[in-house]
Amino acid sequence: MTEIIQKVKNLSIGFKSKKGEEILILRNITTNIKKGETVGIVGESGSGKSTLALAMMGYVKHGLYTIGGECEFNSSNLLKMKNRDLEKIRGRKIAMIPQNAGQALTPNLKIGYQIDEALQLHSDLKEEEREQKISELLNKVRLPSPETIALRYPHELSGGQQQRVAVAMALAGTPDLLLLDEPTTGLDVTTQAHVLELLNFIAKDTGTSMVYVSHDLGAIAQVSDRIIVMYSGEIVLEGPSRDILKRPIHPYTHGLLKSIPKLSLAGLPESMPGSQPQPGIIQGGCSFFDRCNFSEEKCKNNSPQLEYLKELNTRVRCFNYEKLLKESQINQNVKKIKNNSKDKEILNLSEVSISYAKQKLLDQIFNRISDDNPTVKDININIKKGETIALVGESGSGKSTILKSIAGLLRTKDGFIRFEERRNLSSDLKERDPNDLRIIQLIFQNPDESLNPNHTVEEIIAQPLKLYFGLKGKELKKNIIDLLQKVRLGEFYMSRYPRQLSGGEKQRVAVARAFAAKPDIILCDEVTSALDVSVQAAVLNLLQQLKEDFGTTYIFVSHDLAVVRAISDRVAVLYQGRLCEVGPSNHVYKFPSHPYTEVLLGAVLEPDPDIKPKLVAEDIVEERPPEKGCSFQGRCSRIVGDICKKEIPPWQLTDSGNAIRCHIPIKELQKEQF
Amino acid sequence: MKLDNIYQEEKKSNFAKVAEIIITMASRPSGFIGLSILIFHVVLAFISPYIAPYDFKAINPTLMLQAPSAEYWFGTDDLGRDVFTRTILGGRTALTITFFGSLIALLWGGLLGIFCGLVGGKTDDIVMRIVDAFLSIPWILAMLLIVSLLGTSTEVLIPALGFFYGKGIVRVARAATHDVIAKDFIVSARARGHSNFSIIWNEIIPNVRDAILVEGAMRWSWMLLGFSSLSFLGFGVSPPTPDWGLMISNARGLMSFAYWSVIAPIVGLSSLIIGINLTADAFAKALGIDRSTKAPV
Repeated sequence: MTEIIQKVKNLSIGFKSKKGEEILILRNITTNIKKGETVGIVGESGSGKSTLALAMMGYVKHGLYTIGGECEFNSSNLLKMKNRDLEKIRGRKIAMIPQNAGQALTPNLKIGYQIDEALQLHSDLKEEEREQKISELLNKVRLPSPETIALRYPHELSGGQQQRVAVAMALAGTPDLLLLDEPTTGLDVTTQAHVLELLNFIAKDTGTSMVYVSHDLGAIAQVSDRIIVMYSGEIVLEGPSRDILKRPIHPYTHGLLKSIPKLSLAGLPESMPGSQPQPGIIQGGCSFFDRCNFSEEKCKNNSPQLEYLKELNTRVRCFNYEKLLKESQINQNVKKIKNNSKDKEILNLSEVSISYAKQKLLDQIFNRISDDNPTVKDININIKKGETIALVGESGSGKSTILKSIAGLLRTKDGFIRFEERRNLSSDLKERDPNDLRIIQLIFQNPDESLNPNHTVEEIIAQPLKLYFGLKGKELKKNIIDLLQKVRLGEFYMSRYPRQLSGGEKQRVAVARAFAAKPDIILCDEVTSALDVSVQAAVLNLLQQLKEDFGTTYIFVSHDLAVVRAISDRVAVLYQGRLCEVGPSNHVYKFPSHPYTEVLLGAVLEPDPDIKPKLVAEDIVEERPPEKGCSFQGRCSRIVGDICKKEIPPWQLTDSGNAIRCHIPIKELQKEQF
Repeated sequence: MKLDNIYQEEKKSNFAKVAEIIITMASRPSGFIGLSILIFHVVLAFISPYIAPYDFKAINPTLMLQAPSAEYWFGTDDLGRDVFTRTILGGRTALTITFFGSLIALLWGGLLGIFCGLVGGKTDDIVMRIVDAFLSIPWILAMLLIVSLLGTSTEVLIPALGFFYGKGIVRVARAATHDVIAKDFIVSARARGHSNFSIIWNEIIPNVRDAILVEGAMRWSWMLLGFSSLSFLGFGVSPPTPDWGLMISNARGLMSFAYWSVIAPIVGLSSLIIGINLTADAFAKALGIDRSTKAPV
């Protein structure tokens, strides 16, 4: 039997509420980490996964305290150790890789110095040896030319490179256990796939045990041997990664996997009702009872125990797992979305360019923008009434910039934004009349930021109603209740503040506020990326339903290709503010496609251990679009020759109505699919 | 995740909210002491004319510089006036003038700061440079100029103090506004087409109110010190009105043999300033502005 390096025994961590009650964040956790294995801990926000990972290195966040149990590492309980003894273990034996490497690295120290510091603390190497070790470590995390990287400051590196440096620093002490807290969450799709591949390599190469904490089942599926699923502070399912992802026998995991949109499925996945309970609310009974499709009367009052199933090597916390055992695999039912688009054009962007360049004094006087190489250039899109068009691309592709310009928040440099074939919308907010402002509404990524924390739900939804329709008194109230019902929230939500709502509920309020203006077009800026997986599908379903009811047009911005696949009728792929490909989503997701689309599709992480991401291009981050030629020339693996660097590629139409902007002939693009 | 979420509170009336903040403030030892001192001074300012044992301006040459006794608790000053009477009355003017002064400072400083933060650009640049220029002038010089030109009446002192102590609030209000302005709810309000006034009133003020109030409370104690310094220099209230600054100034030459006539007003002034500071501190902590004591998780 392999050696166990970390034992967590009956661990409970919690805090005292204002009223003096003990509220548990972790409830009676027992698990082991074996030498050399990678364990994925997956759960929604608030499930206690990060608290568990931190406890594994003997750290309990300020305000929380250990109620019972222990974390044993090398047969000593970390939670009872003195700080001085812990310092010897942290970094040397157990290392941590944080979520946001950009914030974890000291901004005014060079990379080499920071790694050297880690080496001084956690190894016994002499000065000359350390220097060599630094380039060795940077090499190991596959950073190009380690010597130059070591002399740079953190802000001179891209997000992916910073994350690699964080990995190198964690490896400096040659730890036995690596804790990774959402290490790829803030990264772009392609970078994420590269970092995960690197982590896989390191796990094999060094034999280090890893604990990988994430909310993303796709990422977990790529790295872990074993998966622990957490729900409101408890382990609900634990077992070999393949079994859990292919045949989940806990209703929560089952529902979760069903509700994740996948690239291979067009249409909206089933959604899971409700949201995870807040800590302290569960008194007796199963914590998943309210949302479970398999629940019985006994689940309400009796809490199930974690049961070990020998034949599956799995532990599960459910009375009815046998029902799920019979289902051989997950049957994902998707609701095909109806294409409501009419031939009538509602919004036309023609030759739109947007520049962030600072104006020169002369330009300021003449009130013009001059920039030869603007951030966004030559955007021509025709949007039909009632369709959902998605803008897709990595960060920096200009997708949100385009949304802002449509909303009038950012001035365009050139080009027109035309509404319903007749009216040009001014690119300056102040020049738009109230009706122009009403027809376009925005829904933002993070509902925590888009709702004023000092307003009640009633006040939030009342704002557009008062502003555009001048409603007052009873009529106003009636309208608010109507809108709340449309987003499936009860009347009693009116008096709540945003902080009293869950993430999904907040986003519903934001949706209600957008629809309150009776808009023709709604701009959705990454509306589901701040939400938990189980809530995401419900919000997508709601948006689709509202669209069918009101005939609204959505312009949907997202970096998540699976979500885009689920909801959109048409997709526009952007790179560096230039369009690469536009077409019906069924066809964009099939070949032939633009080389960049290929890269994006290849890097998507699916919650399936059999589907590995395909790493086509390097994960370089380009600061500026190239001056001449194709926007993707810097990363394209299929460059034809000089023509790509000199001439802007022409639009080519495929038989299926897909427009691709590439120098490679369509037929050849089709040939080289993988 | 915030701990507040755990108990889904219903919407409270404003009165209940204020009461809750005061209870939270008083539950900390420092907050309790600060609040007690402040309340003591405020109550004293209201009732002192009725409880003062002697007439504050009754000069009695036969009672010059008497040491504290059962009859004259804090002794008498060089003109034979009762120091106890003058001390309990001495805070009234200072407290009233600086309280209204702070209100004016809060109002103009807060509003200008929010406006600059929201509008940004050239307007912001120009206004902030003017504020910086004023900040660089030693306040006492400028105050002396105003007071000597316009006199020392209450109607002049309140706006003058309000103006000089508002400059600092402009900066705080502007910084607080900058924190809020980047949030999507402001962008959303802008995109909907709300006017600047509506954005300031509905979206920004509720979010920066707390920070500005705390800053205003801090300014109050500074203003109190400033006002007393003016009196000390002879530019504040005119004699024979009892005032701490004036009393300290009068009695300071006699300190070596009649310490009581100077100690009483000093204790009065410093305790009030400490009281206001502690209260402002506790206020910030109760509102959760002071991050060092924010709820865990």
